[in-house]
Amino acid sequence: MASEVLKTPGDGRRIKKIRATGFSPLSLLGSLKDLAQYRDLIYTLSEHRVRVRYKQSVLGITWAVMQPLSLMLIYTVIFSMVARIETGGTPYAIFVFVGLLPWTYFSTALTSGTSALTSHIHLITKVYFPREILPLTYVIAAFFDFIIAWIVMAAMMVYYGVPLTLNALYAIPIVAIMTVFVMAMALIFSATHVRFRDVGVGIPLLLQIWMFATPVVYPLSAVQSLGKTLRVIYMMNPMVGVIENFRRVVLQGSLPDFNSLGISALISVVLLPIAYIYFKQVEATAADII
Amino acid sequence: MIDLSFDRVSKKYLIRQEAEEDASRNLIMRKLSQMWRRQEFWALRDVSLEVRRGEALGIIGHNGAGKSTILKLLSSITTPSAGEITINGRLAALIEVGSGFHPELTGRENVYLSGSILGMRRAEIHRKIESIIDFAGIRHFIDTPVKRYSSGMFVRLGFSIAAHLDPDVLLLDEVLAVGDAAFQHKCLNRVDELRASGKTIIFISHDLNAVERLCDRVLLLANGQIIANGFPGEVIERYKSDGAKSMSSAFPGIKAEHDWPNVATAPSDSVVRLRRVRVCTAEGKTVERIDIRRPVGIEMTFDVLQPGHKLVPNFNFFNEERLHLFYVQETESKWRGVARPVGRFVSTAWIPGNFFSEGSIVVEANLSSHIPISSIHIHQRDAVAFSVVDSFAGDSARGDFTGPIGGVIRPLVSWTSDFTADNEPRTGILEIAETL
Repeated sequence: MASEVLKTPGDGRRIKKIRATGFSPLSLLGSLKDLAQYRDLIYTLSEHRVRVRYKQSVLGITWAVMQPLSLMLIYTVIFSMVARIETGGTPYAIFVFVGLLPWTYFSTALTSGTSALTSHIHLITKVYFPREILPLTYVIAAFFDFIIAWIVMAAMMVYYGVPLTLNALYAIPIVAIMTVFVMAMALIFSATHVRFRDVGVGIPLLLQIWMFATPVVYPLSAVQSLGKTLRVIYMMNPMVGVIENFRRVVLQGSLPDFNSLGISALISVVLLPIAYIYFKQVEATAADII
Repeated sequence: MIDLSFDRVSKKYLIRQEAEEDASRNLIMRKLSQMWRRQEFWALRDVSLEVRRGEALGIIGHNGAGKSTILKLLSSITTPSAGEITINGRLAALIEVGSGFHPELTGRENVYLSGSILGMRRAEIHRKIESIIDFAGIRHFIDTPVKRYSSGMFVRLGFSIAAHLDPDVLLLDEVLAVGDAAFQHKCLNRVDELRASGKTIIFISHDLNAVERLCDRVLLLANGQIIANGFPGEVIERYKSDGAKSMSSAFPGIKAEHDWPNVATAPSDSVVRLRRVRVCTAEGKTVERIDIRRPVGIEMTFDVLQPGHKLVPNFNFFNEERLHLFYVQETESKWRGVARPVGRFVSTAWIPGNFFSEGSIVVEANLSSHIPISSIHIHQRDAVAFSVVDSFAGDSARGDFTGPIGGVIRPLVSWTSDFTADNEPRTGILEIAETL
């Protein structure tokens, strides 16, 4: 929205100007300031998401690990008993779990984030707050689940005797890059979902295809046999660098591959501001068409 | 000091038009053409206004005049299509209390949630929570999930949060009409307090009494433009009289009297010819507008051309939505079941006062005979139209209420009311409000 907030010298009141939609660097700055004003809402809403999610379920917090855990069991049965996948000596169960963990974070955040606006029509048509907070809080809630699931990952690493090296600290920037990417995607998808509800229907299918186009259940080395063009296209998927390198630093204790990680970082960092501007453009009239 | 200003603000909506059925094109093409085929609708056009600090401005107008668009623009829910709005200070909108409540969370948790959605900081909520709970008067239930609340409790908690927003500019909707009488009183007091402390107030409402009581100045909106701006009493008066005028235009071209002086063009068959239909008062005066409390006569003049027919004059009444209100036929005359001789007849149906709802009425005039076989001799659609107006004198069925009232008829009925002095506090009005 093209609104800007200026400070008045006299009484310390904020002067807010609301104009017709139109992009300017100043309005983007205004949006960010506005968002900062509402930082407590981000906190409260994220807390609320987590609370509501676990409040009435008997299993409570364990739901956070159920999804990657059950997927792990399924893929382990398929790929270590039915068809074999070469993982370079790592037990398949932990190999796939360490891939599924960040993937589940990504897919949960994107799925819930996409419907963030459309599932809050009653709020959007009645109260103003920076709308990006809605998809944002879903990303944060998914991140919370992700962190909880690390407990299981740690237990599995102990069980399989996988040593943890200092290189595992690279997981932090890797997860940060992924979070930037999923935020950008959630902004784009949730804004598009306002006008085109088809997006919501297409998401599960998209994520299914996307997962197999990402080295989640197989290692990156398995796609060496692809032709050059196909391989370049494959590497343009920002999730490739993220998932592969997460596994590398956590499970193999080696340094990340900076080439693939660099591609992911570049795409994510460029995409986020574009996604934000697009989101703010849609937001301005979202209440009219939602 | 100007706290709020609109500088030539316009708001355009695009209304999607349903594409007509076209079997030659497939579904996708139809959907696409639907997306492009949209009609513009200007909810606000070139509106400029200024509100001084400490002023209480009322905004009134009929449904669709642009009131809720102003509300949405002010609270930043949507953006203008042109123009600029300037708000000086923190604006809080007391609209739709209880927005953002989650049923699974307790009252206390919802205070934090709803408070943050309304723009409060956590520290601020923390500081005010005791006062919020006290104001709502639900301390006993504050740690119960709100899904177990009665609607009265829900609304009280919602309003209490909003009442603690401490804004510079306060935006009020019809919210004052919430809860029981005691709570409403509390709400009005709170608004008075805010006014007294020099807050700027924008009050958008249908409730003319509340607007008059609360505001220093009133704007009247019509078709997205400001048509009056001034003292509450004057603008409200104008609104009422405009309302009465605009009603008679619901059926343009249809008058209160319809004459057929030329026998060649008058509606007729071989038996009977219609000469005149008119709307009149008890005094016999032709009128276009009738006071809602007064009886109205629909008079039909017809010439019988052929003797021996048992003719029955009758009328059908329709409202603005063309809803068929009722049918009347001549029942109480000496001509009932009697063959009429050749000559002129004047029959009048008297509709009692305090019967029609406000608005326009259109009448269909017919002449039929039921015996020996049912036949319609004359069927005159849209014969006459008139409007029913309420002068807001207080003795009609609307009493002291000045807002819009639904319903196709509005009878003035008798009431009985029993009272028992009782020490039990949870009886009467409070209990009714709780169970609503």
